[in-house]
Amino acid sequence: MSTPSFEAGTFTPAPGRGPLGRMLATQVALETKLALRQGEQVLLTLIIPLALLVGLTLLRVVPLPEPRATSALGTVLALAIMSTAFTSQAISLGFDRRYGVLRRLAATAVPRWLIVCGRLGGMAAVVLVQVVVLGAVAIALGWRPGAGSPGWVLLLVVLGTAAFGAVGVLLGGSVRAEIVLALANVIWFVLLFAGGVLVPASALPGPLATVVQLLPSGALAEGLRTALAGGTPALGHVVVLLVWAVVAGGIATRTVRWS
Amino acid sequence: MSGSAGALEVRDLVVRYQGQAAVDGLDLDLAPGQVLALLGPNGAGKTTTVEVCEGLRGRDAGRVRVLGVDPAGAPDALRARLGVMPQGGGAYPGVRVREMVGLVAACSARPLDPDWLVDTLGLASCARKPYKRLSVGQQQRLALACAVVGRPELVFLDEPTASLDPQGRRLVWDLVRALRADGVAVLLTTHLMQEAETLADHIVIIDHGRAVAEGSPDTLTAAGADRELRFRAAAGMDLRLLADALPEGCSVSEPTPGSYLVEGSIDPQVLSTVTSWCARQGVLADDLRVARRSLEDVFLELTGRELRS
Repeated sequence: MSTPSFEAGTFTPAPGRGPLGRMLATQVALETKLALRQGEQVLLTLIIPLALLVGLTLLRVVPLPEPRATSALGTVLALAIMSTAFTSQAISLGFDRRYGVLRRLAATAVPRWLIVCGRLGGMAAVVLVQVVVLGAVAIALGWRPGAGSPGWVLLLVVLGTAAFGAVGVLLGGSVRAEIVLALANVIWFVLLFAGGVLVPASALPGPLATVVQLLPSGALAEGLRTALAGGTPALGHVVVLLVWAVVAGGIATRTVRWS
Repeated sequence: MSGSAGALEVRDLVVRYQGQAAVDGLDLDLAPGQVLALLGPNGAGKTTTVEVCEGLRGRDAGRVRVLGVDPAGAPDALRARLGVMPQGGGAYPGVRVREMVGLVAACSARPLDPDWLVDTLGLASCARKPYKRLSVGQQQRLALACAVVGRPELVFLDEPTASLDPQGRRLVWDLVRALRADGVAVLLTTHLMQEAETLADHIVIIDHGRAVAEGSPDTLTAAGADRELRFRAAAGMDLRLLADALPEGCSVSEPTPGSYLVEGSIDPQVLSTVTSWCARQGVLADDLRVARRSLEDVFLELTGRELRS
């Protein structure tokens, strides 16, 4: 017999569920850290939007309504939300499923709803970081926050995150991780250029312009550009985001697999 | 080992995949402070059984009570009393060792100190490494840490030492013994005979989803139990007298010259018959020994010798 390395009583059972608040806070903090620590994700969620914000404002290559910083901010906020809630969320969900972390958490005392809330909380925290960072840089570039419609901006950010998040979870939760990785990046790229984010719907050829208005990317970007300039976004754009969030979310609750 | 005081009670468990029975009428019992080993080849239904007990998988028939509660629907209050070590995986790819143990600890009311646990399981040197860069053995020890950090009453360990080196395996064995000594019930699956033999109070050998044998390590290796007796003596002795003297069911032969083999149920009476026969022949039986079957013999006999992926 080897000498026992454990003192008697070390493992005497003392089970019980941790406080819900502590569980949620720990998971949200961890998911946020993981998202902000991973190089590829940060490139997608912060570096590219920041580069575009600076580039669009300072380089007069793409025609933008003045003040350029305001229009550019609308574009990159939409992009940043798409990057976090859709691409980054889908990819991490795909690989988290592969690595069995959801099953691991499902086998602890954490209620299932709290696992979902923890993920959404992490996503919301990253969006908050993006809004603060991009907003601060935009101010440095000449954006005047007072000129916008903050209520509409907030609503659009929330609805945009919900719509893209629902689609991201739907994608990340249903197919193999490699397929999620490929699709999430390709769709991001297509939506950036042909989905009404970088190039406004009005500058796209006829039929595409109509389609783009119905995509969450087009609706969010057009809506944010309008709201940041002090206007009221088209009701259609708000409804489009709402419908995507509800429909994709509804399908996701039925199709998403935990492992 | 049964009844309301049991940590685990499984009766006639049936789980089917696409019409095929993965678990087919299994019974299990486990009491607090005991170790139950599910021993079987790959694909025997071990993991499926464990997942049903953990509440992660549904069942098609049978009765399952875990700490007196039906795990179907996985009530939160029950899961708080269980420790689960899944087979492979179970962490965010980018999470650090210490962070993951901390997350699982946060799910419990009175967890063990995560730093102590990380250190004790030999993970201190990689506490800041992301999960996907750990060796399989390190990942396995992390999974073990997550299984016990919440100070559960019942622990499920699915192949806990499958990729560990001998030191790691020894550590896990020490830990299982400590859990048992502290009154924790442990259900472990393994395909390692020695592991089951060393750790378990009770072993259930399963194959194709059915229990093919069960009992304590001792009864399993003794029972059924044709054993054999071998001895060496002068070559070419006349064995007819001995054969007549042996009880029904025992036979004697000389497989190689000078080496004799008695097969059958070897009890003290048989041993005495052999030695007195030798004495009457005026030979000294050399190197006389009763060979007992190892658990491995029992296992291979029951589950067949063909390899399975």
